[in-house]
Amino acid sequence: MAVGSLYALIALGYTMVYGILKFINFAHSDIFVLGAWISFSAAACVGFVDVDTSVAGVQLARVAPWVFWLLRAVAAAAVVMALYERVLRPRLVGRFSGWPATDVSRTLALVTVWGAVSLGLVFVARRLVGAVPGAAMETGGPGRMLAGGVILLAAMMTCGLVGFCLERLAYKPLRKAPRLNVLITAIGVSLLLQNLGQANWMFGTRPQGMPKLLPNSEPLFSIGDVKVWPVDVMAAVTAVGLMVGLDIMVYKTKLGRAMRAVSFSERNAALMGIPVDKVISFTFVLGASLAAAAGFLYSQKYAGLNQTGAAGWVLLGLKAFVAAVVGGIGNIRGAMLGGLLIAGLEFFGAQYISTELRDVYVFAALIVVLLFRPSGILGRSVVEKV
Amino acid sequence: MPLLGVVGIALLMQFVLKPMLGEGGSFYAKLLLDIGINAMLAVSLTMVNGFTGQFSIGHAAFMAVGAYTAAVLTYYGSAYLVGGETFADAGVQGGLVSTMLTERVRDDGLATAWITARDLLFAGSLVAGGLVAAVFGWVVGLPSLRLKGDYLAIVTLGFGEVVRVIIQSQTADVLYTVEEIKEAPVLGVAQMFALKTDEWVAPLWLRAGGSLGFSGLPFYTSLFWVFLWCGLTLVVAYRLKNSTYGRAFLSIREDEIASEAMGVNTTRYKVRAFVLAAFFAGVAGGLFAHTSGVQLNAGELGFVKSFDIIIMVVLGGLGSISGAALAAVIVTLLPEALRDPPSLLFPTGPNGGASFFPWSLIVLGLVVAGVCWRAERKVRAVLLLLGTVLAWEALRYGARKAQVDLSDYRNVMYALALILMMILRPRGLLGVGEIWDRKRPHRSVPTATGKTGPGATL
Repeated sequence: MAVGSLYALIALGYTMVYGILKFINFAHSDIFVLGAWISFSAAACVGFVDVDTSVAGVQLARVAPWVFWLLRAVAAAAVVMALYERVLRPRLVGRFSGWPATDVSRTLALVTVWGAVSLGLVFVARRLVGAVPGAAMETGGPGRMLAGGVILLAAMMTCGLVGFCLERLAYKPLRKAPRLNVLITAIGVSLLLQNLGQANWMFGTRPQGMPKLLPNSEPLFSIGDVKVWPVDVMAAVTAVGLMVGLDIMVYKTKLGRAMRAVSFSERNAALMGIPVDKVISFTFVLGASLAAAAGFLYSQKYAGLNQTGAAGWVLLGLKAFVAAVVGGIGNIRGAMLGGLLIAGLEFFGAQYISTELRDVYVFAALIVVLLFRPSGILGRSVVEKV
Repeated sequence: MPLLGVVGIALLMQFVLKPMLGEGGSFYAKLLLDIGINAMLAVSLTMVNGFTGQFSIGHAAFMAVGAYTAAVLTYYGSAYLVGGETFADAGVQGGLVSTMLTERVRDDGLATAWITARDLLFAGSLVAGGLVAAVFGWVVGLPSLRLKGDYLAIVTLGFGEVVRVIIQSQTADVLYTVEEIKEAPVLGVAQMFALKTDEWVAPLWLRAGGSLGFSGLPFYTSLFWVFLWCGLTLVVAYRLKNSTYGRAFLSIREDEIASEAMGVNTTRYKVRAFVLAAFFAGVAGGLFAHTSGVQLNAGELGFVKSFDIIIMVVLGGLGSISGAALAAVIVTLLPEALRDPPSLLFPTGPNGGASFFPWSLIVLGLVVAGVCWRAERKVRAVLLLLGTVLAWEALRYGARKAQVDLSDYRNVMYALALILMMILRPRGLLGVGEIWDRKRPHRSVPTATGKTGPGATL
């Protein structure tokens, strides 16, 4: 159930991007991994990890004043850029072909503020740890949970930022290109994220142990032989909460309607006055931050984090993707259902038939579903797609 | 006639080029092997992705099937043929055509004949691997090729993963010993039927290393075999493109509905392309399995490998045979080049002497530049070339100054190059045309989007 809701969270990102842009965002699983690792780094920065000083987060904490200076500098740069945008560019446009015609400065300012806020959140958590008395900071204490919540937020925001940048830099120039190219670009982005994450100044290649931020010392209750751990419950609750929120947003708000409209027909949506670019960016941000939430929850459930390029991560992402397809790709409720189904299949299969073949069940389910019902389980029954 | 040429080139590679590489040439020889195998894979995938426009991303699965089939055949077959105490000393040396250790073998008198029974075994097992992969391709293709577009891609991905997981988890880790093989020649079949659950032994074909990988395979793959098969693949692909079959394939790519209306049985042709591609992928897998320095492991033949092959195909231009081959060369060389970037302005080897590697990079760069050459953009092309070389040198210089080991970042740079390539040159190096079409830029070439006319391929 807990893993199922994690799959569902990741699958949502796949399905939303597919629904709107009709391409498989292979880099999505890497955003998920990034979410897990950023949570770890943030936790390290906050001070929960003090064993290994080479960890990026610990280094970040050491250079905290510098970081803020850097942020100020970037903010100043954004102001300069805005000036350039208003004053200089109108005079340069037309003189050189291929001059960037997008609102670079506004985007840059947005990115800066965004990054500052998400980084600031980590430092808020750091202050929090200093302020709350030690007892509350014990494993399972309320202070730790609060810090965990802030870290979750920070990870979501950072990954959202990464998703935004990726969309703007890598995918947007290819909006009109053949889909195969976009796919290859996605693979390239995926490789890039994996290998950057393994760089020494990022997360390195050593596996790290995520500190336990959520209480998980004893099972909450048990049904028969099955023990239900608090982390599972929290992961499921957080995930379901996020999904319900997403569902409401997509089906009830104006923005959600815009998303559905873009998904239906990009051109017609643009004609109706919907800012297509913004909606697409927003979709990416949403998907990425959901993936980050999944990454945080995953790191709470399974503390050992492998290096970002490890095969296990990719497989996990693929399974989430399978979940999206099984549920009917492009369909939000389908992705949630698919996540639960795939996780159920995997775990019950591993339990009752054979552990070694657990991956086979997932992909066999994929093949069976696609051969007999190519649009997925909920693909037809719900007409509106996002 | 072209087949004779292919054999000639393969022989030249083995007996002229390889000795020319000289001392320490094994690195280059290994690179050449990789290039040949990758080119085979890329060109065979072009038959599916490029010609018929179907999008398969499970190509490495066929490679794995072929590799494991060929590996089981040579590994256990060499014991029958030659005997010997262990597989290691039974298997390694074939005749002169299938050894990468020419000098040593000649000096030690390990191989005297040109072709021995083992080479024939190897050749046979390659073909067998290809055939099994082709059958597999048929089994996979028949149901899944009714799907279109992304769904087909996802299904092939799923099939590829299933193959990988099954090989990894269902074959036994423990390999048979020579004695076991000799005592029970039909071990596999016999034991399949003697199902005593407590002493069930995996049949022959299921003892292939499992998740540990298939170790101890003889290293038969030589430049001769690789370029023989690579040339064969190229010839077949080229002939195919200009045959009736090929036209049917292309028509499916351009417009499936229209070609169906013209009487082309689209599913049948798609399956045929799939089977053919699977055959060559299987052979390439067999070659890959018997390369020295490679330990066959299904884990490496998962979708990451499939993506590598697709990258080559798209980089070269969908539907372009020579493009796929060229891209295979680039994709193989680029990560190696980025490992320790040699100077392009002063191409010297590690010891100050002339080195093949920077020169091969220079030649490659010039070929790429020539391929991208457009008469109306002379200045830009030259500037781009110069800029690339300068940026390359600056990168080297900067890395040395900052004491950064560039090899740590080679995968990052590779990924960046890939993204940039896709953004700046979305149709790949050659579009759908071939290298030799470039001389006639105004010849109208149908493109994937249906546009025709000069410049459409760019």
